[in-house]
Amino acid sequence: MTVLSIRDLHAKAGDTQILNGINLTVRSGEVHAVMGPNGAGKSTLSAAIMGKPGYAITQGSITLDDVDVVSLPTWKRALAGLHLVMQYPTEIPGVGIDELLNEALAERGSNQSQLATRIGAEAVRIGLDEALIHRAVNVDFSGGEKKRNETLQLAMLDPRIVVLDELDSGLDIDALRDCARRVEDLTNERKLGVLVITHYSRIFADLKPNFVHILSKGRIVASGGPELADQLERDGYDAFTA
Amino acid sequence: MSVLADLVLPTAEQELWRYSRIGELDLGAYSVGASTTTVLGDESVVSRDAQLMLSDVTVEPADVFEQLHAQHTAPGGQPDTVGTTHRGVVRIGTTRGQVIADPILITHHVHDTGIMCFPSLEIDAAENSEVTVVERFQSDDQCRSLVVPMVKIRAAQSARVTYVAINELGANTWLIGYQRALGGRDSTISTSTIALGGDYARIRAGVRLIGQGASAKQVALYFADGTQMHDFRTLQDHAAPRTHSDLLFKGAVKDHAKSVYTGLIKIRDNADKSEAFQTNRNLTLSSGSWAESVPNLEIETNDVKCSHASTVGPIDDEQRFYLESRGIRPEIAERLVVFGFFADVINRLPAAAQPDALRDKVGRKLLGDTTSATSNAGARA
Repeated sequence: MTVLSIRDLHAKAGDTQILNGINLTVRSGEVHAVMGPNGAGKSTLSAAIMGKPGYAITQGSITLDDVDVVSLPTWKRALAGLHLVMQYPTEIPGVGIDELLNEALAERGSNQSQLATRIGAEAVRIGLDEALIHRAVNVDFSGGEKKRNETLQLAMLDPRIVVLDELDSGLDIDALRDCARRVEDLTNERKLGVLVITHYSRIFADLKPNFVHILSKGRIVASGGPELADQLERDGYDAFTA
Repeated sequence: MSVLADLVLPTAEQELWRYSRIGELDLGAYSVGASTTTVLGDESVVSRDAQLMLSDVTVEPADVFEQLHAQHTAPGGQPDTVGTTHRGVVRIGTTRGQVIADPILITHHVHDTGIMCFPSLEIDAAENSEVTVVERFQSDDQCRSLVVPMVKIRAAQSARVTYVAINELGANTWLIGYQRALGGRDSTISTSTIALGGDYARIRAGVRLIGQGASAKQVALYFADGTQMHDFRTLQDHAAPRTHSDLLFKGAVKDHAKSVYTGLIKIRDNADKSEAFQTNRNLTLSSGSWAESVPNLEIETNDVKCSHASTVGPIDDEQRFYLESRGIRPEIAERLVVFGFFADVINRLPAAAQPDALRDKVGRKLLGDTTSATSNAGARA
C-alpha cells in the first residue's frame, strides 16, 4: 500500500499565488478525480506534485509514504513512484519512444530483456501504431497518438501513483476510451493509485472515480463520491464556487 | 618566415572574419612545414604531388590564406622546409563513367609543433562518374600548429561526388580551411563537415552550381567545449536554372566555447526555378558558451524557392522536464536531447563518415570524458 499525502499545499506559478491549501490523500488502487473550472489551479497542482520549473511550493507538504517529495528533484520523484501524464506532451526531436523507455527503465534498474517485445505488446494493447515506437517522442503525433503514447509510458514505467493532467483533452473519444480503460486496468492489475485532473466527467465512463473533489480558487471546496460528479454535471461549477 | 610575418592579415572588422579569432593569429610564430599524409583507396585515380588543375572552381576573391596556399602548393613554389617528399597535395581524378565503389580515405596528421602546413586536395569527377572521399585532420593535443587545408571539387555533367571532412585536431591546433565546389549539369555534390577538434577551427565552404539541374547538399556537425571556437562561412551560389541546394549545419557549444555560422544563399539572375534551403541550429549548453548565427539571402530573380532558418538557444526546459518526469537524471536527459538534436544531421551523413563512432565521440565530449566509452553503465557509474 502506497499513500500520496498532500497537506495544506500552497503554490505559486511564477509570481502568482495559485494554490491556497490543498489537502488530498490518494492510496494504491484508488481513483480520485479533481474537477474544476479554468483557472482553479488544476495544472498548478500537477506541476507542483512533479516539481515543474516555474512552480514553487510556498507552504505545506507532499509525501509519498515516508518520502518528502518536495525536497526531491523531478527525476527522483519519478523513481520514488510518482508519474505525470501530461496535458500537452512535449515533442522531443530525434529521441525515440524506445530510447526514452530504455533510459528510464535503466534508471529503475529494471530488467530490460526483450524490451522491444514488451513495448510492442503494450503498444498493441493501447492501440498505438507499433511503427511509432521508433519515432521521435510526440513529434508529428496526432492528439490521440500523444495520449496513447503517454499511457503506454505509464504502463511500461509502472509507477505507484499517477497524476493524469487532463488526459481527456485533445483526443477523440475512441482514444480517450482506450486510454481510460488502460488506466482503469492498471488500478486493478497493479493497484495503481490515480489522481485524475479534469474539466469533464466523460472520462468517468471508463475510469471510475472512488472520490471526487471540486477545486476552486486553489482550494478543495467539496469532496464526495462519484455522485458529486453527477451533481456537478447537473448544476455546473457555479453551485460550488459561488 | 619574415615574409609570413609581413603579410597583412584580415581583421575581424571585415564581414567574412567578423566574430573570428583572427586577431590572435601571429603568422611569425609558425614556420612552413608539412603534415604526414596517407591515402588509402583505389590508387588508379589518385596522384600525389600532382599539378593542381582546378583553379576556376570559385569566383570569390582569394584571401591571404588562399594566396599563401597557392604559393606553397604550386609546382616550383617554395619547397617545404622539413624535407618531406610531398607536400600533402593529393589529386583524385575519375574518368568518364567510372564508379569508385569504396571511399578514398586521406589522413593528414600534423606531428610538428610551430608549423604552418597547406594540405591540398582536388577531386575532379568526370562526366557520370562517382567517387567518395573522406579527409581527416589530426594532431596531438600539444601541437601548436596552423593547418590551412584546401579542397577543390569539380563535378562534371551527371557526376556524383561525396566529400567528408573530419576535424579531429588536438586542442591547441588552429585550422583555417577552404572547401570549394563546382557543380556541372545534373551533377550531385554532397559535402559533410564534422568538427569536434582544434582550438580555433574555421571552414569557408562554398558551392557554385553552374550547370542546369546541378544539386548540392552541405551538412555539418560541430561541437566545441573548453575554450574552442568553431567558425563556418558558407556560400550557396546558384548560377544556372533549376539548380538545388540544401544546407543543414548544426552545432553545440559548452563550457566557454564559441561558434559562428554565417551563410549566404546567392541566386543569380539566370538561375530561374532554383531551390535553396539553409538551416543553422545551435545549442548553447552552458551559460558561458556563445554562438552566433547569421543567415543571408541575395536573390536576383523571382521564380525561385528559398528558405532559411536559424536558431541559437539552450536546451528547451519543457523537453528537459518531460524526460526528467520519466525518471531520467538530468545528465542523461541532456545527452538524449543533444543526440536528438544532432540526429537529423547524423542521419544525413554518408556511411563513410562512420556515424556510430561519431555518436560515441559526441557522447564523450558531452560528459567531458575523453577516455571511457559512453555506455549506460559508464554514465551511471
